Amino acid sequence: MTELAHIRNFSIVAHIDHGKSTLADRLIQSTGTVQDREMKEQMLDAMDIERERGITIKANTVRIDYTADDGQAYVLNLIDTPGHVDFAYEVSRSMRAVEGSLLVVDSSQGVEAQTLANVYQAIDADHEIVPVLNKIDLPAADCDRVAEQIEDVIGIDASGAIRVSAKTGVGIHETLEAIVKYLPAPTGTREAPLKAMLVDSWYDAYLGVIVLVRIMDGVLKKNDRIRMMQNGSVHQVDRIGVFRPAMAEIDELGPGEIGFLTASIKQVRDTRVGDTITHEKKGCEQPLPGFKPSQPVVFCGLFPADASEFEDLRQAIERLALNDASFSYEMETSAALGFGFRCGFLGLLHLEVIRDRIEREYGIDLITTAPSVVYHIHMRDGQMTELHNPADMPDLTHVSHVEEPRIKATILVPDDYLGDVLKLCQDRRGIQMDLTYVGGRAMVVYDLPLNEVVFDFYDRLKSVTKGYASFDYQLTEYRQDHLVKMSVLVNDEPVDALSMMVHRDRAEARGRVMVEKLKDLIPRHMFKIPIQAAIGGKVVARETLSAMRKDVTAKCYGGDVSRKKKLLEKQKKGKKKMRQFGRVEIPQEAFISALKMDD
Amino acid sequence: MAEDWRNAGFALYVHWPFCQAKCPYCDFNSHVTRQIDQSRWAAAYLCEIGRVAAETPGRVLNSIFFGGGTPSLMQPDTVATVIEAARAHWPFANDIEISLEANPSSVEAGRFAGYRDAGVNRISMGIQALNDADLRRLGRLHTVAEARAAFDIARSCFDRVSFDLIYARQEQSLQDWQNELGQALTMAIDHLSLYQLSIEDGTAFGDRYKAGGLRGLPTDDLSADMYQLTQDICADHGLPAYEVSNHARPGAESRHNLIYWRYGDYAGIGPGAHGRLTLGGQRFATESYRMPGAWLEAVNSGSGENLRNAISRQDQAEEYLMMGLRLRSGLDIDRYHELSRQELNPARRHSLIELGMINDSGSHITVSDRGMIVLNSVIAELLSV
Ligand SMILES: Nc1nc2c(ncn2[C@@H]2O[C@H](COP(=O)(O)OP(=O)(O)OP(=O)(O)O)[C@@H](O)[C@H]2O)c(=O)[nH]1
Ligand SMILES: C[S@@+](CC[C@H](N)C(=O)[O-])C[C@H]1O[C@@H](n2cnc3c(N)ncnc32)[C@H](O)[C@@H]1O
Ligand code: SF4
Ligand SMILES: [Mg+2]
Repeated sequence: MTELAHIRNFSIVAHIDHGKSTLADRLIQSTGTVQDREMKEQMLDAMDIERERGITIKANTVRIDYTADDGQAYVLNLIDTPGHVDFAYEVSRSMRAVEGSLLVVDSSQGVEAQTLANVYQAIDADHEIVPVLNKIDLPAADCDRVAEQIEDVIGIDASGAIRVSAKTGVGIHETLEAIVKYLPAPTGTREAPLKAMLVDSWYDAYLGVIVLVRIMDGVLKKNDRIRMMQNGSVHQVDRIGVFRPAMAEIDELGPGEIGFLTASIKQVRDTRVGDTITHEKKGCEQPLPGFKPSQPVVFCGLFPADASEFEDLRQAIERLALNDASFSYEMETSAALGFGFRCGFLGLLHLEVIRDRIEREYGIDLITTAPSVVYHIHMRDGQMTELHNPADMPDLTHVSHVEEPRIKATILVPDDYLGDVLKLCQDRRGIQMDLTYVGGRAMVVYDLPLNEVVFDFYDRLKSVTKGYASFDYQLTEYRQDHLVKMSVLVNDEPVDALSMMVHRDRAEARGRVMVEKLKDLIPRHMFKIPIQAAIGGKVVARETLSAMRKDVTAKCYGGDVSRKKKLLEKQKKGKKKMRQFGRVEIPQEAFISALKMDD
Repeated sequence: MAEDWRNAGFALYVHWPFCQAKCPYCDFNSHVTRQIDQSRWAAAYLCEIGRVAAETPGRVLNSIFFGGGTPSLMQPDTVATVIEAARAHWPFANDIEISLEANPSSVEAGRFAGYRDAGVNRISMGIQALNDADLRRLGRLHTVAEARAAFDIARSCFDRVSFDLIYARQEQSLQDWQNELGQALTMAIDHLSLYQLSIEDGTAFGDRYKAGGLRGLPTDDLSADMYQLTQDICADHGLPAYEVSNHARPGAESRHNLIYWRYGDYAGIGPGAHGRLTLGGQRFATESYRMPGAWLEAVNSGSGENLRNAISRQDQAEEYLMMGLRLRSGLDIDRYHELSRQELNPARRHSLIELGMINDSGSHITVSDRGMIVLNSVIAELLSV
């Protein structure tokens, strides 16, 4: 247990790739928390997907011991957070567990859209904020200009911003000193009843459910009997510890400290993030306010490619949901795909990550259906239903009108690309709300329909601006528009997993792109296949996939029949990745790829 | 019930694994070496024939095939030794076919008479192309003129001479191929093998193709058109296809190949040779050591075989179907059912008939013209893949 005055808890926040995880590496390394030979780049990004994509997906906590220039020994708990919008919930949640933030800004790039989004969250959470200008080793670094931007755009004092290179280690000592000097110590009372915030939890194959807690008041010890205040379930603590960043057991956690516990928790639903943990007896009265639940904005169906793996999929999804409160799910059945789940995500990257994790960590092959946002369907009888799956669109004769979610999108972009960005937003049915200049760049604010943004807006934005634009958004409201369901017919059979909601004015264009894409995605068959997009009974786009022309092994290898059998095996493998609709096999990846617009 | 192989007959395949140079498209088991001790090879083949014959006593031999590699690099003596050994162990059918694959260079043509005297009665010659530029691209060592000269010599020695061409080559137009095929048909006697160029992994062409090279290969549509054209022209000239890539005047089909496609038994000897042998009522797949040195050593210590697997009835049925459907004469349904003891998927059969891919006479399933060029898919469909 550490004295409150000697504890500092903080999160590291920034726009994507501005160097949060690398800065965390240096803080860990320079304080000797990890031996040099055990260091690796972005060591907190431990998941395969994180390492492959070079991004942080899950927030990570590390406890660091640091003896400051004032001669005192401090305990620093840092939380490295993800930068991508789709994982914003990780950031907001992490911020509730700490008192301050290091706001990292890449000094060669300047303030970006998520810099703003994150800083506002930190201000909301009453954080003390220490600005850090990173990557000063780069020739393009311009610290003075970026400091000015921080003051102009965000309105916080950047005169004391620390100039750092997380790559070379310059400025790391100054960063540690600033943490000790400028960030507040936590408050709390050791004698009060236990009040601990459940910050995160996840499933570990060896230890079962692991719970990350921040102690607000009281003391948590091994063997304590604890109660989850939301559902009243009681557990006996069998392990307490901290992350360094490997798990290290300790005897107790006191006020202001962050650490983990395990308690042989079987039910995944007993550990809701944001819950308050107290002692079974003499517990605290008032739970903490909890976290604002996140609103999933993209929905899609996940089905096991092999129907017999449905139960495995259920278990995988439950465990991942435990670790990720921004991910929601409910059971779904589809005529073509059998039993599966309709899942909600914060964005397409989030969707891809969850899908990849299920496939890799749980070894289940998945079929993913077309992603969709949630529509509000107002019926003639005055009822309103939420539509998560376009296939469920009710009969039009009963529908009065349809509303779709709109967002406020903030885009920062160098002047040279402004025209392209405006065109992109306009093409996506956007309404321009604001256009200002900040530190030499344009900041455009658009009112956009979410369904035009969800699939590939971000990719398109990156490509039309050569990566120089940054983007952030918030949901604003539901608004009525002329929205219709477009179905797709392959070989004259409707494929429910491909139906989508579109704006009527955009239906022809989207339908065209969709059928063209499908024509490329579906392999040729022995017969020709009409592919149509239709609204109600009206076909709005049509393509024909011509019949396969050639598929024969010309040469005879003497008596080597085995060679032919190998070919047959290969064909079998290929078919496993396909789904049968009537007489047509559709490859799994088609369900998402077909929706991306290349404009 | 007679054993299944008797429906097709019994053959001996002899693999000669050496070539003068490796052609860039070829993934047959062929190697280039400077020195070959032919007497050592002859002795090894003798051992192997003795070994296999001991397991198949009294069988009537319908065919011997010297394949490669380039068997026309064998000394006529070596060929004679092998044929004599076979004759000593198995009764020869009256109409036994003894074929040898030959490359069309002048050196080899000089040996043709010797092969005839050794007992060979059919030559299959790898001419591959009838224009010099394409022969060079295919890495061939001979010119068209040399090939024609070699072909003439072969004709003077043998009644039955066939040759191979590779088409659907780089930059070849439909018209180019039509012209070339026209010339080929003026040369052809009664048998022709016409293979579309396939790009195989592990060959020089395969590597270049993966690296994005090897431009000008035909699209699937053009290959399909070329294939159809080939079928039509050859049929008009009295050389209809009797198999995917093989054409013959009726009656002049290669008996050896028919034994493979009708799923008969064949002993395979020599490096990498495959065999199918029914022994004691059970059919086995056999394979020999692939590398020439390893094979020789293995033969010295008793057997060149490195694999012998019993084939389940279901697998035999599959193999029979995969081979049998290559033939115009098609698949004998009763024989298939006899092997598999399961009915061949009626729904799939029906839909393939509707698509015009196959015909079902009740006794035989035959693949149509349209079906032949997508045969791999037809087979996959029938086998419910
Ligand atoms: N030159 C230079 N490169 C840096 C520095 N800090 C980080 N980088 C590089 O910037 C890239 C992104 O670094 P990360 O630490 O993964 O960034 P992040 O902010 O954690 O990214 P997300 O978690 O995906 O938001 C990596 O290639 C780092 O090597 C620095 O000080 N100088
Ligand atoms: C065993 S090979 C060669 C016989 C002989 N060595 C020769 O090259 O003339 C039999 C035939 O297969 C054909 N062949 C080999 N590789 C081929 C390929 N990649 N594509 C198409 N046909 C091929 C050639 O026509 C060749 O004549
Ligand atoms: S094509 Fe014939 S000559 Fe060329 S490498 Fe193959 S076997 Fe040898
Ligand atoms: Mg990171």
